[in-house]
Amino acid sequence: MSRLVRMDRTGHTTLAEWTAADPDAVEAAAEAFRAQLDRGYFGMVSTGERHAEMVRELPVDADLVILRLPISGG
Amino acid sequence: MAAGAAPLPETAAVHWRPRADAQRLRRRGALWTLTTVAHIVPFVAAGIVLVVVQPLAIAVSLASFAHAWIIPGLYAARGADVVRPRARAGAAAEVAALGLLGDLVGHEARALHARTGLVLERGRLGVWLVGEAGALLVCGRRVHCFCVRVNDPNLPGGDRIAHLLLALRADEEGFATVANLSFSGARWRVRRRLAPAMRPALHAAAALDRV
Repeated sequence: MSRLVRMDRTGHTTLAEWTAADPDAVEAAAEAFRAQLDRGYFGMVSTGERHAEMVRELPVDADLVILRLPISGG
Repeated sequence: MAAGAAPLPETAAVHWRPRADAQRLRRRGALWTLTTVAHIVPFVAAGIVLVVVQPLAIAVSLASFAHAWIIPGLYAARGADVVRPRARAGAAAEVAALGLLGDLVGHEARALHARTGLVLERGRLGVWLVGEAGALLVCGRRVHCFCVRVNDPNLPGGDRIAHLLLALRADEEGFATVANLSFSGARWRVRRRLAPAMRPALHAAAALDRV
């Protein structure tokens, strides 16, 4: 089961769960993902040890997609 | 950044900055060293001249030497301050955030974080120690102290670190470009100004950098 989670003040919130074999769940997750991008979040997936990548479309095959906020110099 | 991977979008907000790389970091480090020398030399020279010209002015001379010692220390304190822990969120949020952070790092990094509050991450530019509102980059005997944070003060500590870690992993040079360099100097200077609980993390980073 793949998960879309958003890091927020609760620790993290699971916004959607899906399997590639369930098109309705995938569509719901993709919609939730786009809605979060519109709110200013960035989608991130781990792409191996010590590597991550920003994604602009929901990667259906990813186990975990994390939504993060922008960073800036302090 | 992997070949073909997108640069960190946050770099657009600092478009006037040249993109950080190892050579630029070395140059900035050397500039910090020059600045430190420029602060120290006048005070040391004044202290020596004073005591030579008027031995009775030894108190003023000692004060001048003290300035030469304290000023670089204050800069180092500002650098070490970037990894100072911030205000806690609720206990449940902290636990949930630590769970997610734990999924992103290996066992050793998780254990080190539990002891020190910092996440160890090897990069191409050196070895990073990521805190809640900043990161230290260990390159040999030098430490670059970067002030960088996520723009939500209500996030739990684990999530703040996870934000920085994901950005660092996506585009290390972009991360170093976006972050503000608070201090660059000798590791021993930063170590003295770190909270005692965090010092083992700096030691671990230096050991990993030598490998």
